[in-house]
Amino acid sequence: MSVYLARRFVSLTLSLIVASFVVFFLLEIVPGDPASFMLGLNATPEAAANLRQALGLEGPPIERYFVWVLGLLQGEFGISYAYKVPVADLVADRLWVSLPLAIYALTLSTLIAFPVGIIAAAKRNSPADLGIMGATQLGVAVPNFWFAMLLVLFFAVTLRWFSAGGFPGWDEGFWISMKALTLPAIALALPQASILARVMRSSLLDTLSEDYVRSARAKGLSRRQALWRHALRNALIPVLTIIGLQFSFLLAGAIIIENVFFLPGLGRLVFQAITSRDLIVVKSVVMILVFAVILVTFIVDITYAIADPRLRRAR
Amino acid sequence: MTGRTIRIAAMSGLALALALGPAMAQRTDVNIGLVLEPPSLDPTAEAAAAVDEVVYANIFEGLTQIASDGSVVPALAESWDISEDGLTYTFHLHDGVTFHDGSTMDAEDVKFSLDRINAEGSLNAQKGLYADIASVEVVDPLTVEVTLSKPNGNMIYNLGWGDAVIVAPETADTNATDPVGTGPFEFVERRPGDSIEIGRYDGYWGEPAKLESATFRYISDPTAAMAALQAGDIDAFPNFPAPETVSMLENDPRFKVIVGATEGETILTMNNSKPPLDDVRVREAIAHAINRQDVIDGAMFGYGVPIGTFWPPTHPDYVDLTDLSAYDPEKSRELLAEAGAEDISLTLHLPPAPYARRGGEIIAEELRAVGIDVEVINVEWAQWLSPEVFFPAPCPGAEGEGDAPPSYDGSCPAEFSYDLTIVSHTEPNDIGLFARDDYYHAYDNDAFTAIYEELSVTSDPEKRSELLKQAQRQIAEDYVVGFLFELAKVGVMDAKLEGMWENAPTQATDLTDVYWSE
Repeated sequence: MSVYLARRFVSLTLSLIVASFVVFFLLEIVPGDPASFMLGLNATPEAAANLRQALGLEGPPIERYFVWVLGLLQGEFGISYAYKVPVADLVADRLWVSLPLAIYALTLSTLIAFPVGIIAAAKRNSPADLGIMGATQLGVAVPNFWFAMLLVLFFAVTLRWFSAGGFPGWDEGFWISMKALTLPAIALALPQASILARVMRSSLLDTLSEDYVRSARAKGLSRRQALWRHALRNALIPVLTIIGLQFSFLLAGAIIIENVFFLPGLGRLVFQAITSRDLIVVKSVVMILVFAVILVTFIVDITYAIADPRLRRAR
Repeated sequence: MTGRTIRIAAMSGLALALALGPAMAQRTDVNIGLVLEPPSLDPTAEAAAAVDEVVYANIFEGLTQIASDGSVVPALAESWDISEDGLTYTFHLHDGVTFHDGSTMDAEDVKFSLDRINAEGSLNAQKGLYADIASVEVVDPLTVEVTLSKPNGNMIYNLGWGDAVIVAPETADTNATDPVGTGPFEFVERRPGDSIEIGRYDGYWGEPAKLESATFRYISDPTAAMAALQAGDIDAFPNFPAPETVSMLENDPRFKVIVGATEGETILTMNNSKPPLDDVRVREAIAHAINRQDVIDGAMFGYGVPIGTFWPPTHPDYVDLTDLSAYDPEKSRELLAEAGAEDISLTLHLPPAPYARRGGEIIAEELRAVGIDVEVINVEWAQWLSPEVFFPAPCPGAEGEGDAPPSYDGSCPAEFSYDLTIVSHTEPNDIGLFARDDYYHAYDNDAFTAIYEELSVTSDPEKRSELLKQAQRQIAEDYVVGFLFELAKVGVMDAKLEGMWENAPTQATDLTDVYWSE
């Protein structure tokens, strides 16, 4: 187990170093200057030069790279060019929207996908299975932003049960905030649940045809007992992989949904920062996301080891 | 009157009171939808129109202010005297003005604010407007004397820009995140990415605001904007981002649509320094190839007024010069043949604004129709505001010192590489851009510069009007750019909301007079 963990840890660190390098130098070559952007159409070149100086955009890239990385290591993310507040504060604010939203959506998607996938596998080729396969096919195909717009039209514009978007903030109350996140979470969860249910079904069908399940049945277990005790646990590995990927996606990739519901989430922060060339925000947020994704992968790797004892033995 | 009629009368009175009861509880808050979020909230350090859309006239005030009809009105200065030679301005300040932190606003604050604009290393984006200010002297706590180095007929107007608002020395550095001004509203809270809340300031020196609070919420997606309006999350969009849905909203009794004018001259900028566009005949040919109404209908769903020069049609001094560049593809081809430019290809850089992207496709098609090969290049704003289009490429500096902006010394003149682009210049009173020699149109005509210089030192209204008209005619006759249309301000709001600005003489959402009619 410890060798396994040590290996995963080394690969985690290497990934972070490579990522920081790529992120920094990719943004160096992006056309467009933050200072000119901020000053707009009537600005004189002199004012732009003053601002470049004030933002600390002068100097050799390598030097600024190390300053940035050293800052990151000490938890200093820098000050946003545009918002003029520490990046860490900006990110923390947005995380309080994006993280709960990702967890909410993932919970919904798992709660839907597990029973649906298990039923479909257990009753293979029954009308229920066919119905589920059809529905999930649709769920995968429907773009989530379009589904989101339908939700808004129906629940916000017509029924007026929910706001069309926005986020009141957690200090307004837990349930009010949860309510504001409900439509976005549903819109995000639907396609994820469809994918997850299909993976669950096919993975379970694979394990159900394994020899050990046949042995279990021969031993006298019912089909259902064999499924719950032996097949399900072994079918979980691919499902966990997908859940890990989905969580990373939900954290950073909810940007279109954030736009539809005008939520102040991380995705929209990065998007706005890119358009306004608030590069320090882009760099830091992307690094935080890379870290989050690598961390989630790491956690998934550990859960593999829990789900599958063979992985715990040193390889 | 019998006892019964009295009872009935009393009961109907009660019923009436009950019916009116909820209606009388007027709303005192408003949710305003805006498209672009301001980066910071300091109008003196940021050019972004999004800053003024929140703070101008609400939180911050200047000595003068631009009113809803475009005129300049007294604000913190209740009156002013201008000396005979036009060099000395004496401003008399309002008594009893306080900043939102309770401190008194006096002549020292005015001196501080104006000096700060022209200070070394100043980040003010509109420095050029105030470059003629030579000194600012405090005469007494309520009198300030501003001395100019040369007469400037625009100075009173320029002082009404958001870039010259009066700030306190103690709070100037934190205005970006916690703005403290003298306006009828004070800053309450900002939730980055979501909203900005302001509340009525009870110590306001003038007529207090009718609303108690207002929240600006940021919605950039047109579909989301529409949904937010229909779901009642937003009461008003001063600039509605989805013109395509306006006709639908016009027919909905819950909303009203107000189409007003802006200061946004939308132009097809041509790089006057680059062949073949340095030939006036080629520029004229391009101007005649464009059908303005096609662009207005196709790109703006019919909202917009054709212009033939760089001045808003709503202004009393506007001259209609659209005939100079009337749609005439035949003439266009002739001119191209005359200039020996039948076989030219040009690039067209389009920033993300819908007027540019949609209008650009139409214009490219119309140019192709007269034989000009057009390559459309879509760019982001940040790319557009870079040497790719707008800023001249930096000159190689001395070794190890990086690159220098071109206009620093004459050794390296500004050079622009783009051919054509489309952009709307939304600042008011900005025809002077054509007198700048480092500007991206690269227009250089001493005749125009002379007119403009005379205009800047003239304060006689009649003479000014005449010069303004001359200036408009000069750029139109030189076909400096393709003059397209004046952007419209399409405001959509709750039918019961009153007092929102109809026009946009400057980029502001002045909420001072806004109230709910029931």
